[in-house]
Amino acid sequence: MRIPVSWLTEHLEFAEAPTPEELADAFIRIGMEIDDVRPLGPVTGPIVAARVVEITELTEFKKPIRYCQVEVGPDQVNGIVCGATNFVEGDTVVVALPGAVLPGDFTISARKTYGHTSDGMICSASELGLGDDHSGILVLPSGTAQPGDDAVELLGLDDTVLEVTPTPDRGYAFSVRGLAREIACAFDVAFGDPAVVEVPEAEGEVWPVHLEDGAGCARFVARQVSGVDPTAPTPWWMRRRLMLAGIRSISLPVDVTNYVMIELGHPLHAFDASKVRGGLVVRRAKAGEKLTTLDDTVRVLDADDIVITDDSGVISMAGVMGGASTEVGDKTGDILLEAAIWDPATIARTVRRHKLPSEAAKRYERTVDPALSPVALERAAKLLHLYGDGSIKPGRTDVGSPELPGPVTMPINLPDRVAGVRYARGVTARRLGQIGCQVEVSTGDDGTTLVTATPPTWRSDLVQPADLVEEVLRLEGFETIPSTLPPAPAGRGLTEQQRRRRTVSRALAEDGYTEVLPFPFISPAVFDSFGLIPDDSRRNVVSVLNPLEAEKHALATTLLPGLLDAVQRNLARGQKDVALFNIAQVTLPRTQQVPVPDVGVAERPTDAQVASMFAALPQQPVHVAVVLAGHREHAGWWGKGRQADWADAVEAAKLVGKAYGVTLRVVASDLAPWHPGRCAELRVGDWPVGHAGELHPKVVEALGLPKRTVAMELDLDALPLNDNRPAPIISAYPPVLLDVAVVVDAAVPAAEVSAVLESGGGDLLEDIRLFDVYTGEQVGEGKRSLAYALRFRAPDRTLTVEEATAARDAAVASLAERHGATLR
Amino acid sequence: MSGANDPYDPKEVAALAPEALDAAVQKAQEAFAAAADLDALAALKPAHVGDRSPVLLARREIGALPPKAKAEAGKRVNVAQAAVKKAFEERLVVLQAERDEHVLREESVDVTLPWDRTPRGARHPITTLAERVADVFVAMGYEVAEGPELDTEWFNFDALNFGKDHPARTMSDTFYVAPADSGLVLRTHTSPVQARTMLERKPPIYVVCPGRTFRTDELDSTHTPVFHQVEGLAIDEGLTMAHLKGTLDAFARSMFGEGSKTRLRPHFFPFTEPSAEVDVWFPEKKGGAGWVEWGGCGMVNPNVLRATGVDPDVYSGFAFGMGLERTLQFRNGLPDMRDMVEGDVRFTLPFGTEA
Repeated sequence: MRIPVSWLTEHLEFAEAPTPEELADAFIRIGMEIDDVRPLGPVTGPIVAARVVEITELTEFKKPIRYCQVEVGPDQVNGIVCGATNFVEGDTVVVALPGAVLPGDFTISARKTYGHTSDGMICSASELGLGDDHSGILVLPSGTAQPGDDAVELLGLDDTVLEVTPTPDRGYAFSVRGLAREIACAFDVAFGDPAVVEVPEAEGEVWPVHLEDGAGCARFVARQVSGVDPTAPTPWWMRRRLMLAGIRSISLPVDVTNYVMIELGHPLHAFDASKVRGGLVVRRAKAGEKLTTLDDTVRVLDADDIVITDDSGVISMAGVMGGASTEVGDKTGDILLEAAIWDPATIARTVRRHKLPSEAAKRYERTVDPALSPVALERAAKLLHLYGDGSIKPGRTDVGSPELPGPVTMPINLPDRVAGVRYARGVTARRLGQIGCQVEVSTGDDGTTLVTATPPTWRSDLVQPADLVEEVLRLEGFETIPSTLPPAPAGRGLTEQQRRRRTVSRALAEDGYTEVLPFPFISPAVFDSFGLIPDDSRRNVVSVLNPLEAEKHALATTLLPGLLDAVQRNLARGQKDVALFNIAQVTLPRTQQVPVPDVGVAERPTDAQVASMFAALPQQPVHVAVVLAGHREHAGWWGKGRQADWADAVEAAKLVGKAYGVTLRVVASDLAPWHPGRCAELRVGDWPVGHAGELHPKVVEALGLPKRTVAMELDLDALPLNDNRPAPIISAYPPVLLDVAVVVDAAVPAAEVSAVLESGGGDLLEDIRLFDVYTGEQVGEGKRSLAYALRFRAPDRTLTVEEATAARDAAVASLAERHGATLR
Repeated sequence: MSGANDPYDPKEVAALAPEALDAAVQKAQEAFAAAADLDALAALKPAHVGDRSPVLLARREIGALPPKAKAEAGKRVNVAQAAVKKAFEERLVVLQAERDEHVLREESVDVTLPWDRTPRGARHPITTLAERVADVFVAMGYEVAEGPELDTEWFNFDALNFGKDHPARTMSDTFYVAPADSGLVLRTHTSPVQARTMLERKPPIYVVCPGRTFRTDELDSTHTPVFHQVEGLAIDEGLTMAHLKGTLDAFARSMFGEGSKTRLRPHFFPFTEPSAEVDVWFPEKKGGAGWVEWGGCGMVNPNVLRATGVDPDVYSGFAFGMGLERTLQFRNGLPDMRDMVEGDVRFTLPFGTEA
């Protein structure tokens, strides 16, 4: 909220007044955010109050222009041209005379304009640096000043506006009263409470009020002021303060309710009593009930909205906005004032439901001091009496029973223990007293000194010892808390999984892939482009109810859509060869959706409740995926590049496996969006963990990707966390190197051929490497030749060529047996 | 050539005359010195070092000498032979060195030619920053805790002392998933991981939780609906706000250098009481060293401890959290947060594999 320093400090006794900057720093120190410190003006030179003597409308221009005779001092009348029309002859205005300098270094001089010499300028509030209102010139209430009076003093331009944002738990701080008390605590100066207002005994009820919903309304107080002069102006000092607080002046009754709200923090509502039909009832709205609010909008009410009704129906959306039918107008003389305490949560819901934030609702949502209702009403009534000549009716209606904060007891040294500071004796009791608590010190059964604080009525946020502790700590200053490291616990370091995930990420990056972090929001339509069959499990998505982009409402079940998006973006920006990777959670709904149990917070949920909460969540395994488009090896001065192909994707998958200490088995597969003949399934043992290969040409075409784009995706959480504890025995004896070429059916996978040779080769076979694949006439149709380099070695002796040859022959023999292989 | 038994005066055997031997040595030396390369030198070998060379031919004559002259002549021949051999080998070394040098010179290339046949990729700086933060805390004895991104409202709000009507629970702040009453949200902070940790472990608890979080902010230069946080939680006997401050200061020094430190400003969060905002003193701040808003922190609210089964009369704790995007943004002076989420490789590549 905005508050001028002069208003803030009105209730404080400073020996030496702090500067606005010092006040702002103090607010920050005790926990109020400062959004702005804005000095008024600056203005210099002759700026005076003036009276408009005569107005001549100049009609020959496209917009309304007035040439005014303005009395700017005793016996001095200046001719001034003015474009505003919100004033009449006789009004008191503010004139900047030639030589004056207004905010923005705007120098006023006599100048010829619209055919007349303009000897000065009639000013608006914003031109004077008084506020944002530039809807017209500033018209002062009559009698406020005499022509020629210095306007700088009159307008109080030597002031600064602070914009303070209290935290939402501190409802009391949305008022001059609350903020001034905070400053009193921060500077340890005396505070005069503006809420100390004499509230006379009531003589009966002033208006019948029936509180039907005590949960929604804890207290409802009414007072009536009649015979208010509808033409009575708001006094300048009040208008100025409202203006600086950012509130537009409407009429005396409305201004008074706003003024009291800013001053004391208690919103008020003024009804035109002559328009209220019968007694008031406070209740929840009936669903579909309608109310035309002050802003002339018809609101359809919800059964949760709390309303005030009279015999005619709903006349106010309680705490949020009044109704048009009982609005105080320019003829209203009989005013019914309402001060009520509304349920914060109900108000918050109504504001959200109807998108109707207001100054009143802002305070109700954050709680209002329930003891203040009659005080605020009295203050308002007295102002209406004083400035509107109204008479306050002797009766007062006061119904409801608000709950007041109860006492909180804690060890008196708890603040010291929480802060890790030894505060001076008496600090805790003194600080709690300073914020308005009733404080008692006692000794507990075990001899500890206890402090019992009964919070003031405006501090319903103080409910547990921790709340009191915070008050002591923040007022003593967080800067007094020392910096100490806690004794180091014995940690276990990263988990296996965490370390391996890091290794995967590093390995892929070192291998040429660049990490991207796409959002997990995808459009289910992408699965059509992917060519997924209708009951593909990846189509079973969790949908976001309030997505930022309507079509991208699904949580990703695969990382490929996000990665392909990123590939497309890079290509669109001129990149030619793109290799990307992403490691992220995917969201996989369970086949049976279990509802989340209703669990309280007063104590730990039972293990069964925790288990059912976990069971209600979709599975969210961590996946890794890569996409490669364009060249895997770049072309350059060294020669041609190499187009990325299916093997690169498989290799990336195996790289990830190796990072986990797992050798992935490759099996031919056929899964969209991959090419049916170029898709590998990766397995750990017989357990599938992902796929790799070239994308289906139709997918590539549909998504506008470069031809032969390849991709891989693995479920990292499905990879076992094997203990990688090899104990290699290194033989120093020489190896025997033998090559062998076998001819097998082309349908037999190379992985199978290698595996059979490996097991057939026995223990002497140290290494096997495929170095040539040949198909053609020489090996016959449907066959292919695979050539392997074999390395044999014995652990304990120099292996002879004969022994190695025998082992090789055994390997070939087992291949012949299994797959009818022949030596080439 | 003399026969073996020629009855001549040995002094008359010209080949063994000192002058003749000296001349032969000198001739050999001159020839070797003149050899331009290894081939030329090799070609000189038979004439000066081989069996038919003058010195070796002279040696044959020794036998013809009277015994008493043999020794002297033999010595002379040995000296001459050694001198020739030495001259040859010296020249050989020189010429071999010349040849080696020449070969290497021939093989030289332009080493400034670029080689980016298979360029290295890069890890996202948010990933590496999260790891760096985790490492700092692991070094302090913390463990890294993780949890799901889609979590129950109970973990994301209820357990953390958010009232049923807290504005953060509205759809204008939080992503909810279908069906309407699912009770599941995309976590708005990593704090649900803290709640889970407190439920699952017994104090003392020291954990740090990096992770992806979600709020319904439109993407712009300083906001992204999907972002990353890192939070720390310590629950133990006797933990104080001074410990919180000490931990944050150590964290700040590890991230921003020895000259860094933190400042706490009182604030409000439902899950901590007292609560504070953390400013960090950033020595390399653009336009001069200064305070930068960094994150939030506080002493864990006893309500949170109770809801997660920790006895607030025995244990206390502190928690803190920061946005990684924001940290990266001010630490590296990055003007636009959108670059962090769009996946343009030109953004990520300069970070390499550590940031």
